[in-house]
Amino acid sequence: MEDTPMEYEETNKDTEVAPALIAVHPTQNSVAVAIGSDLRVFDLLGGWAVSLVDDSGGSLHKDSIRAIRYGASGKLFVSAGDDKLVKIWSTESWRCISTVCSEKRVTAVAISKDGSYVCFADKFGVVWVVEVEGFDGSQPSPNKKAAPMLSHYCSIITSLEFSPDGRFFVSADRDFKIRVTVFPRKPLDGAHEIQSFSLGHTEFVSCLAFVCTQEYPQGFLVSGSGDSTVRLWDISSGSLLDTCDIREKAGPLEFKGIEEECCAAVTDLCTILDSTLVAVAVQSLQGIILLRCDLSARTLNVAKVVSIKGDTFIPTSLATSVSSGLLWMVTGASNLGDFQSPLARVRVVSDFMETGPDPTVLEDDETPGGEKLLGKLQGRVSIDEKVFLTAAEALKTSMSKLLIKKQYSTEKREFRKRGRNDKKLKQ
Amino acid sequence: MLENKTNPTHSKSTGLPRKRFYRARAHSNPLSDSHFPVPVSPSHVDYSTHYPQHFSTSDQAGSCKKIQFADIGCGFGGLLISLSTLFPETLMIGMELRDKVTEYVKERILALRVANPGQYQNISVVRTNSMKYIPNFFEKAQLSKMFFLFPDPHFKEKNHRRRVISPFLLDEYAYALQVGGIIYTITDVEELGDWMKACLDNHPMFEALPSEELEADPVTKLLSSATEEGQKVDRNGGQTFLAVYRRLAPSL
Repeated sequence: MEDTPMEYEETNKDTEVAPALIAVHPTQNSVAVAIGSDLRVFDLLGGWAVSLVDDSGGSLHKDSIRAIRYGASGKLFVSAGDDKLVKIWSTESWRCISTVCSEKRVTAVAISKDGSYVCFADKFGVVWVVEVEGFDGSQPSPNKKAAPMLSHYCSIITSLEFSPDGRFFVSADRDFKIRVTVFPRKPLDGAHEIQSFSLGHTEFVSCLAFVCTQEYPQGFLVSGSGDSTVRLWDISSGSLLDTCDIREKAGPLEFKGIEEECCAAVTDLCTILDSTLVAVAVQSLQGIILLRCDLSARTLNVAKVVSIKGDTFIPTSLATSVSSGLLWMVTGASNLGDFQSPLARVRVVSDFMETGPDPTVLEDDETPGGEKLLGKLQGRVSIDEKVFLTAAEALKTSMSKLLIKKQYSTEKREFRKRGRNDKKLKQ
Repeated sequence: MLENKTNPTHSKSTGLPRKRFYRARAHSNPLSDSHFPVPVSPSHVDYSTHYPQHFSTSDQAGSCKKIQFADIGCGFGGLLISLSTLFPETLMIGMELRDKVTEYVKERILALRVANPGQYQNISVVRTNSMKYIPNFFEKAQLSKMFFLFPDPHFKEKNHRRRVISPFLLDEYAYALQVGGIIYTITDVEELGDWMKACLDNHPMFEALPSEELEADPVTKLLSSATEEGQKVDRNGGQTFLAVYRRLAPSL
């Protein structure tokens, strides 16, 4: 009755808004931003905008990029998304060394710690693995076929992560689930041994990260979710160690003028390396929340809220490098209607000292790479204020359409079953 | 009319629910989003509502017990009821996706408990999608037996991913089963029988049960005789295809 075809059309259009993503090279040699189908890379060592070379037989991405990531060694970079292509790049030449075709849209990627395997998850919950063999960066290897490794039964996988020691492979999905799998010696034959399930979230799990220190090299998992919490887990047993509710810090969510009942989703997590701080991006928060993780007491608490003055900057993606002590943030959306180009805005936060001054948000001229970097990554230097709100709204709608289960009333459900034979018999 | 006022859907003579009031479609889409409640984790499964006699507040002794047998897609519950008296000390649960069928099994167990005081206290049923929510119900290595009797064959190749025995779902079953635990499958569809055998053969954490062990196992006979689906196949003189496998420790 209410489900007219038009409504479906709208749904599809809304889910096509992709958030801007950011990734930083482990030693901050370069920074990459993905917005829509556009992959933008800036070389910080040389101080120039990188032009990507793709002679692996394909073209650049043709649809929204949904995942980008550097390998732990910094030699590899992977991008993938709605065009069902997974592109593996060399970060030295910025050539695409391999393009892997996926059967379905790709939602997340991960690179094994030794850099020999690339894993990616598709929209039907299957994680695929492809071997990056004999890679020296100079020659494009023949395009490979990926092998299925594990599956979350038809649930959209939102995040993939390797444990710091490389032993475990963690995958999170929209069915509130986090699966910890033993990463096998021959991943191409499948990863069958499940170490644990980390269950406790009451909405989709949106992001994963590991906190590890010298005393705890195996690390602890933190996860963010649509239920407005960040949780701390012991992955070997799957037990929930602590839950940090960020709802109060995020403030009530004003959206289309109506205060919504549903909670603000955590959109990204990033651990500040060599510290026990976790930066959290939340759907409604103009800034980031810093959580402190006490690994000996197994607790997770809000340390600080870093708000960003000026623009309505609600970060969509966070990234950091090992050495620099800088947190890179981006906000943006791929599709803002007919007359506007996609939005991407990059900001940087510095000074995450245990003691000393508060973290500060750098001004544009203090940002490494300066205006040249911003010009490349944002596509322009200055941005109209109104665009930010439009983008935030579009992203929120798109995310909830994609990941939150639709709720139907009992009457509506019964109405939809009216034609079924077992219903007819009753009368 | 003459029908029992409190329970018009139950038989007057036996007190058991009558199937004609619980007819449901034979198939249910396991891929659709579920709208029934799902426990957040195994520790949230409320045992006292399922097994009131074992988990009454006064009796602390039984409260550490856990479910050991799971009948996945239990249908009208024939197997559970036979197993209940065969293993009276073991807690077992049937999982069924179709709401009306689950309702029938629930009523059937309640009626059996009333008719046979002290018996049938170890079985229960839950409406859920076991292809999605096994980890929400069972901890690692909690189960000693899992049953998949006469599952939906899903003939079309594009629907093979809806089959309840499939290479990736076996990972989750291996997680819920303890080492040495047994997975029982049976079907009257040869094509599906071959498929289930192949999936289990190719999985590194399962091995086929030797035939002498299979014959000695009292449960084997029940697979075809105890279930409604099995009796139907028997009536029609059909063939059944059995695959029974043991959970192995993963080789490193």
